[in-house]
Amino acid sequence: MAESTKSVNRFYLLIGVLLVAGAGALIYLGRRGPSVPVPVAVTVEPSDTAGFAGYVLGSADAPVEIIEFADYQCPACQTFEMVEFPYVRDRLVATGRVRYIYRDFPLDQHNGARLAAHTAACANDQGKFWEVHEAIYRTQGEWSLATTSRIGSIFRDLTEAAGVDMASWDECMQSLRYAGRIQASLEQGLRLGVNSTPSFVIGGGLYAGVMAYDRLRAIVDSLSPAP
Amino acid sequence: MTRRMAVAVASLLGVFVSAYLWLHKIGVIGSMVCGTGGCETVQFSPYSLFLGIDVALIGLLGYIVLLLVALIAIHPSQANARGPALALLGLSVGAVLFTARLKYLEFFVIGAVCQWCVVSAILITVIFVLSVLEYRRFLPHRSHE
Repeated sequence: MAESTKSVNRFYLLIGVLLVAGAGALIYLGRRGPSVPVPVAVTVEPSDTAGFAGYVLGSADAPVEIIEFADYQCPACQTFEMVEFPYVRDRLVATGRVRYIYRDFPLDQHNGARLAAHTAACANDQGKFWEVHEAIYRTQGEWSLATTSRIGSIFRDLTEAAGVDMASWDECMQSLRYAGRIQASLEQGLRLGVNSTPSFVIGGGLYAGVMAYDRLRAIVDSLSPAP
Repeated sequence: MTRRMAVAVASLLGVFVSAYLWLHKIGVIGSMVCGTGGCETVQFSPYSLFLGIDVALIGLLGYIVLLLVALIAIHPSQANARGPALALLGLSVGAVLFTARLKYLEFFVIGAVCQWCVVSAILITVIFVLSVLEYRRFLPHRSHE
């Protein structure tokens, strides 16, 4: 009986130690990082989309419009952004032939995709969308497998490095100002038939998968012959 | 380790998992270590409330009660008492039914699965099986005539 009591007391002690350790871990998780989860189940309000049709690059008079639906955590989207997009920007957008529109299409299986989209959306308030957009894709390998909290910390650092005023950006992130707009973008993509990223809408056609610059240029040429 | 001790350990793990989910829901923990993102979908769905109470909070309270009962049950004075075994069985039956409802909603209504909720479902199943085995000690032995 004495032995049994001793063994039970040791077990009570073990439970007590585990309880304290677990509580400590939860407190630690509660205190670290400025990360804000961007909710998935968002009701889109009319004000979320009013006057916004994506992040636009290029002239409003360009004869061809390319809309890209992409996810910041998608490796294929990163490949397009890093390898092909610079050619598109320099040879098609800068020359006035194409108006390029980036739309968010965050996939559910990517824990940082909405946070990335919201990070760039808040940077857009200060005219820094494309800088932060590029930085998020460039550093995808550093944050893609991290926890949401760690991802939030990385995004904050790269946003600060892009010259964004952090007080305003923090306020924007905390208020989840653009969660509805991101959801609206996703829903618009779904209505257009997008089911993978990256997907491109060009001249009424939907093209899925990474598009090589040459193929994109050929489509643009077919819609509006090069001058 | 006795079955009652194992129930206590599983309940303690359940306390941590449900506390984590609840703290995330109320915004105290701003991150979710959940690779598929399914936890956000589940937790911010309309089905994350039961009778107006957050299911993660219900889970947390349930695990705390299970833990307390298990801790009482392993005390030497209660080691051979039927009451704590019956209490563990009753609580775990209720928890399994509640969990089954949540799993149905995740798979067939919400269309997303939260990994941490799956961990909780595994824990509650383990607790239920251990509780059944423990209660069998107090059933009358059948004679083989």
